[in-house]
Amino acid sequence: MYEQFKARAVGVGAEVHRVATCSDAVEFVLSFLKQEGVCERPGSYAVWAKGPFLDAVGQGPLAGVPGLGFEVTRERAAQAKVGISDMSFAVADTGSLVQDQAAPDQRLASALTAIHIALVPSGNIVADKGALFTRITPKNSRYIAFITGPSRTADIERVLTIGVHGPERLIVLFVDELGGEKK
Amino acid sequence: MKQEFKASINRALNDANLTGALGKFSEAYKVNRTKAYEGIDFEELRGRIAEAKSAAACHLDEVAETFRKNAEALGAKVFRTRDPEEVKQYILKVARDNGVNNVVKSKSMATEEIHLNQALLKEGISVAETDLGEWIIQLAGQTPSHMVMPAIHMTKEEVADIFSKEVNERLDTDIPRLVKVARNELRPKFLAADMGISGANIAVAETGSIVLVTNEGNARLVTTLPRVHVALIGVEKLVEKFETVVPILDALPRSATAQLLTSYVSIITGPTPNDDGSMKELHIILMDNQRSEMAKDPKFKQALQCIRCGSCLNVCPIFRLVGGHVFGKVYTGGIGTILTAWFDELKKSEDIQGLCIQCGNCTQVCPGKLDIPEMIMEIRRRLVLEKGQPLVQKAIFSVVNNRKLFHGMLRAASVVGKPFTSGKFIRHLPLFLSDLTDGRSLPAIADKPFRDIYAGIEQPKGKEKAVFYAGCLIDFAYPETGVALVKLLNKAGIEVAFPEEQTCCGAPALYSGAYEVAAQNAADNIEALLQQDAQYVVSACPTCTVALAHEFAKTLEAVGRTEWLDKARKLAEKTVDLSTLVKRLVDEGRLSFQEGEQLGKITYHDSCHLKRTLKVSEQPRELLQQAGYELEEMFECDMCCGMGGSYSMKLPEISAPILKRKLKNIKDTGASLVAMDCPGCVLQISGGFDQDGAPVRVKHTAELLADRLKG
Repeated sequence: MYEQFKARAVGVGAEVHRVATCSDAVEFVLSFLKQEGVCERPGSYAVWAKGPFLDAVGQGPLAGVPGLGFEVTRERAAQAKVGISDMSFAVADTGSLVQDQAAPDQRLASALTAIHIALVPSGNIVADKGALFTRITPKNSRYIAFITGPSRTADIERVLTIGVHGPERLIVLFVDELGGEKK
Repeated sequence: MKQEFKASINRALNDANLTGALGKFSEAYKVNRTKAYEGIDFEELRGRIAEAKSAAACHLDEVAETFRKNAEALGAKVFRTRDPEEVKQYILKVARDNGVNNVVKSKSMATEEIHLNQALLKEGISVAETDLGEWIIQLAGQTPSHMVMPAIHMTKEEVADIFSKEVNERLDTDIPRLVKVARNELRPKFLAADMGISGANIAVAETGSIVLVTNEGNARLVTTLPRVHVALIGVEKLVEKFETVVPILDALPRSATAQLLTSYVSIITGPTPNDDGSMKELHIILMDNQRSEMAKDPKFKQALQCIRCGSCLNVCPIFRLVGGHVFGKVYTGGIGTILTAWFDELKKSEDIQGLCIQCGNCTQVCPGKLDIPEMIMEIRRRLVLEKGQPLVQKAIFSVVNNRKLFHGMLRAASVVGKPFTSGKFIRHLPLFLSDLTDGRSLPAIADKPFRDIYAGIEQPKGKEKAVFYAGCLIDFAYPETGVALVKLLNKAGIEVAFPEEQTCCGAPALYSGAYEVAAQNAADNIEALLQQDAQYVVSACPTCTVALAHEFAKTLEAVGRTEWLDKARKLAEKTVDLSTLVKRLVDEGRLSFQEGEQLGKITYHDSCHLKRTLKVSEQPRELLQQAGYELEEMFECDMCCGMGGSYSMKLPEISAPILKRKLKNIKDTGASLVAMDCPGCVLQISGGFDQDGAPVRVKHTAELLADRLKG
């Protein structure tokens, strides 16, 4: 299912990577932030929304990275180039990521920034929406968000253009070590 | 038709940008939609959607009440109303109570329906549309021309002009740059807004959830940043069970924009915290505005199965020529015609209902299984009931209901038409009639109608007998098609009977909403055709075949002449189109074609009624190939030729460009021969080639097959 997900997600303009461990993921993110010139300057911040990944690795290995913050306020997110957040599930047949984003910082980090890095447990890839809704339902999730590729429009002359109100880049990082419920 | 309406049609037709953009889009849409549905059983999928939405429409009130209870239990405030005025008052009150100065909106057709923006602006509240297309038309002071792509009628040059004024800077037409301008201009408005207004694509009663489907990401910001969220939802968006979300999400993006899924889907179930720690105020307005009335009407209840994907517009041969604005200010296209007739008033649809050519393309792609052409026919019927027929039409139809007079006039026409006739065509008509021969010649009325020729053809006597229903065009303009049909059936040993009392099938009256006239035609024909004891009633005109096999019973029932229904059904059972019958005879070895000769390339045009109502498309193709032709498919082989019966006379300005496109597609195949199964299409297409001058022969399948019979 990973291959199917990857093909679908890449097909709609997402970038898909996979690492074995949480520390590999940290390394990936840090080198990415550096490459994108993230620093302590408005417009160049990075915000990292709290979630299972940070719970697992702690903020220790990420301390002192210039421009990176864990308090996701609207002011900070609006001036951030990169937002990092967990996404709970990947849906193989449409290349979508899904999470309960009832907490607003999850949405701010994944909606206001120019680039969104999504951390996904490799074990939580499901086949389709039918399978997904056996794992997440509106009964206990108030804001179920699907994200499929970057923000797009074709409202001017039907020309596909990336990055309207949401991120212009979506980077999906599967982390094997995060596991996830095995099917 | 009003002059003003005709003028708006002509403006649209002469707008090269509009017709160019829409034409290209409709061609790409068909390909992309097919690709998006690969591996999916569309009939099964739309069956599930139609069933679930229809079930909700059956007890709308109950479902809305369940939604209200469940959403309120979660902390949302739900307001149900029938009245658009109350919607506006409610939203203004919420705005006042919360000291709202700035509103951001994500796309909502329901707010367009009630002209919400004007109401907010009047109260001094600033409103920004944030969907790119909606923002463009808001800045331009226009209305949406398409429910999914509101600014599809505008060029990048126009958008660049509008944006340049907004940002006080001369912008060029680079589209990604224009999109960035929108992002940068709207971002501060999102951050400053105190109220977000959205629509919803689905509302789920059992969980109190609303589902928002977008691509740009604006709905996520509208439902996140402002501290108050108001969702305005038409009650047709309600479904009972959460499980229905799956098929709708499977179909909506595929049908709307040919995507497997849009970039963003948000399922919101009750209020969530704001980023300052307070709880969001979530107001959900369930608006009725005539929808319950629609649900109670057996003919229009199906309209509530619509999921607002806009695919009916994308495949419509008329929409791609005239765009949305000809239809009105809110909902456009075929579905827009129906919604306007209900949400506004029936009278408002008087002109626009005439735009539908009844080709049935939309019925093939609708994920809610709506029969839009059928509902438009019903609008026509009700308009005629309410207002009566136009005088000229009434005069014509009174003749059509008197067979002897009608046929007498047709015979006379073969003489009267002479001054304008050259060869087999009328090329010019004088004065106000000249529109009818603009881009297309009309067939001259035959010197000798089929009914006179038939009398001279000796019939084999056997145990098998077919009644031939000719229809007006074959009888009086194309008797040679009738002769070919008789030859084919006789060759297989079938006796052909031709009851003289048969008359017009009633289609012209029916498609004009004159049901009483059509019903009388139906009764006269049933009487005439069932007198003979025959195994088949065969027709070589798909529109007539549809009348006999489908419409007679429906029409008679609609006018309450139920005593005819048994006979109508008996006739329907016997009715068969020519290609289907001949294919059967060939397969049974009762007919065969000459062998050994390569007849060269042929292309085939699918007639609307044959392909989409009678579901016949392979039979004529196989027969023509068996007869020795090499089939070369044309682009859009099953797109309407623009004839549509009297459509080409009521709206010749629309019919002509549709025909032109068809001629081009035929010529592009390189075939010098085009076959079709409908004399109406023959009339339109051969008349087009007569004026176009291209050396393409246009033939009814029956004639080509009869020429190739063995022995």
